[in-house]
Amino acid sequence: MSPYRLHLMVCTGTGCVSNKSLKIKAALEREIAARGMEREIQIVTTGCNGFCANGPIVVVKPDDIFYQFLSEEDVPRLVEEHFVKGRSVPSLMYTPPGETAAIPRMQDIPFFAKQRLVALANKGIIDPENIDEYIARDGYRAMARALLEMTPEAIIAEVKAAGLRGRGGGGFPTGVKWELCRASPGDEKYVICNGDEGDPGAFMDRSIVESDPHAVIEGLVIGARAIGAGEGFIYIRNEYPLAVSRMTRALEQAEAYGLLGDDIFGSGFSFRITVNRGAGAFVCGEETSLMNSLEGVLPEPRVRPPYPVVSGYRGKPTNINNVETWVNVPSIVRNGAAWYAGIGTASSKGTKVFSLVGKIRNTGLVEVPMGITLREIVHDIGGGIPGGKRFKAVQTGGPSGGCLPAEMLDLPVDYESLTKAGSIMGSGGLIVMDEDTCMVEVARYFLSFTQDESCGKCTPCREGTRHMRAILEDITKGKGREGDIELLEEMARLVKDTSLCGLGGTAPNPVLTTIRYFRHEYEAHIRDRRCPARVCKDLITFTILPDKCTGCMACAKNCPVNCIAGERKKVHVIDQSLCIKCGNCHSVCKFAAVRVE
Amino acid sequence: MVNVSIDGRETAVPTGTTILETARGLGVTIPTLCHHEHLSPYGGCRVCLVEVAPASAPERARLMPACITHVEEGTTVRTDTPRVVQARTFVVLLLLSRSPDAPPLQELARSLGVLPAEGSPPGRLADYLLQRAQRSEDTRCIRCGLCVRACAEVPQRHAISFEGRGMKRRVVSPFRKVAETCIGCGSCAFVCPTHTITIEEAAPAR
Repeated sequence: MSPYRLHLMVCTGTGCVSNKSLKIKAALEREIAARGMEREIQIVTTGCNGFCANGPIVVVKPDDIFYQFLSEEDVPRLVEEHFVKGRSVPSLMYTPPGETAAIPRMQDIPFFAKQRLVALANKGIIDPENIDEYIARDGYRAMARALLEMTPEAIIAEVKAAGLRGRGGGGFPTGVKWELCRASPGDEKYVICNGDEGDPGAFMDRSIVESDPHAVIEGLVIGARAIGAGEGFIYIRNEYPLAVSRMTRALEQAEAYGLLGDDIFGSGFSFRITVNRGAGAFVCGEETSLMNSLEGVLPEPRVRPPYPVVSGYRGKPTNINNVETWVNVPSIVRNGAAWYAGIGTASSKGTKVFSLVGKIRNTGLVEVPMGITLREIVHDIGGGIPGGKRFKAVQTGGPSGGCLPAEMLDLPVDYESLTKAGSIMGSGGLIVMDEDTCMVEVARYFLSFTQDESCGKCTPCREGTRHMRAILEDITKGKGREGDIELLEEMARLVKDTSLCGLGGTAPNPVLTTIRYFRHEYEAHIRDRRCPARVCKDLITFTILPDKCTGCMACAKNCPVNCIAGERKKVHVIDQSLCIKCGNCHSVCKFAAVRVE
Repeated sequence: MVNVSIDGRETAVPTGTTILETARGLGVTIPTLCHHEHLSPYGGCRVCLVEVAPASAPERARLMPACITHVEEGTTVRTDTPRVVQARTFVVLLLLSRSPDAPPLQELARSLGVLPAEGSPPGRLADYLLQRAQRSEDTRCIRCGLCVRACAEVPQRHAISFEGRGMKRRVVSPFRKVAETCIGCGSCAFVCPTHTITIEEAAPAR
């Protein structure tokens, strides 16, 4: 890459591509060609930069100047000013809210400053479709070391000493799992990479595969060598077409370079990987269901024990880890267990990738050291809540995680602390909620999701979640009864205790934690028939305040059911019998004349 | 051979024996619904849940399905703790709520004492699940999957399978047409605990 004066890292993660970053790239190419600077400036299409909220993003190296919200019209000016005249363009940079001075360097932006990149070390730096760029960043060095210099036992010892734990959510020590799988009798063993990320609002694994597919492959080869597996599968959901195509391409490149196949590096070790596309059932993220899906049978979980390390894919010993776990492995082998164990807390080592979404300013992908507090993630990295609203809760761990209130913001993010608080680490979804969120409605929403995704094999998950959902629906409709909270608690506890797999075992978590931390909201719905956040449609009414209404007619024009009567410059009135409570009138009123109660 | 204790009674059984088989050998009754001794175990209905504690950590007891879980050296099994009774009651009530007219379920509920005694008020769960809960579609099928396994394992025809997931899960033949592979052997109807499957002419229709 040396002959170029500048490198333009154009983010082509899914978020930025949706925001037309490929058009930005084309415009950059045009403008640069028009000035004859093709030999001075290289354009690199990278995986997800992480700061998705501010895309499309271009980072200019070597100075790491961060440009955001780019449009095609900005490109000529950017090229002329920065790349020709050498004057960077502050108006296209990030300016912290409430301040006037832009921050030019990416690392100085608070969103990036507190992050620690291990799994995402190559994000936004390499072209994921070019194996040479991965190799230039020390790629496949750890694999060479593992295959040529280390015994399988030594690899396992290294991963164990690093303290790496399963990033799919369970937190089982990875090295111990590998050791168990290696010790399992049998000549035919398999390794699987679980990329069936099904949580709403989660995109950690997708972004990793999209931005650094070779790191996943390298991790799998190292693991396969340690365990003694000859074949591997990467299971990616079909809803991730970019991840599937990048991984497929990466596998072709690795095979062409002899990094996969027979007798890799002359070590005598042979290994192959196949990509499998998941057809989109949430339960396939559960390891035994995933294996059933790979085998082509009904994707429903199997009773454990026997665990997959003993009897997994086709009844053979199988080691399954998720994308983020595998991607940590090359760094551990390359830099040593002591380096890795130096990051994080006593029991949770290393870093964790989160997708930060919801009512948060800086939506995006972040990687933080374990032990960081929720407050640091939400306020320092996430930039807090937009629109001057108050923070209400953060849900960790996706639809089966728990909702933690403001009092828990100083909780360190590690497996044990989250579990103790009634939530889970999960695979890394972080959904931030503000004061306008109804916690009963949140519980209803997530339970509806898990109930919909229940495979139906075991009774408690199939039937129990349906009843819990019905009770929650009643409460949000103002039909809750005294005793329903206790009924929900009892059912939640039983569904958790009696379900077959982790889906039913964790599905009640949002209900239990919202009752634990926001019981007063349930009580308001049941006793006072009132939704404190003013969300539940059956419990709110929209009225127009006569003293504030100017008769501008905006509400009447925007009412989809024409239930607002009134003439110009006269006070308007909502016909409650026809109102569908869509909230349009409230949003369009410029005079705060529409009251919601 | 492995040593195991069930409800305080010690025994030794060959490796690979299930908890259910071991218990039956000792004369300990564990209720079952989706289990059939000539078909592969499933672990789905959860009626046979028992508390199992490993020898290494007796305080970490988990609820495990007895029909499919193998005994391990030194494990302690309890089939009569409040946790087991609650779990069993919950599962039977859930099934009754969906299939109130299935006779074997009513029988099971009576024998387990799940139904509230006459004259006494029902508990919170029974009250909701048997009285207040809205009925889903009327069905006698309890989704135990015995028919599916019987068809796959006895005549090995694979003429029926589950389709859909969650509450939409049901047993069907391919494309809901009479399966070409069905030989009308009646195995499915024979194992069906709720008599949902009946033989019409020579083909099982659901």
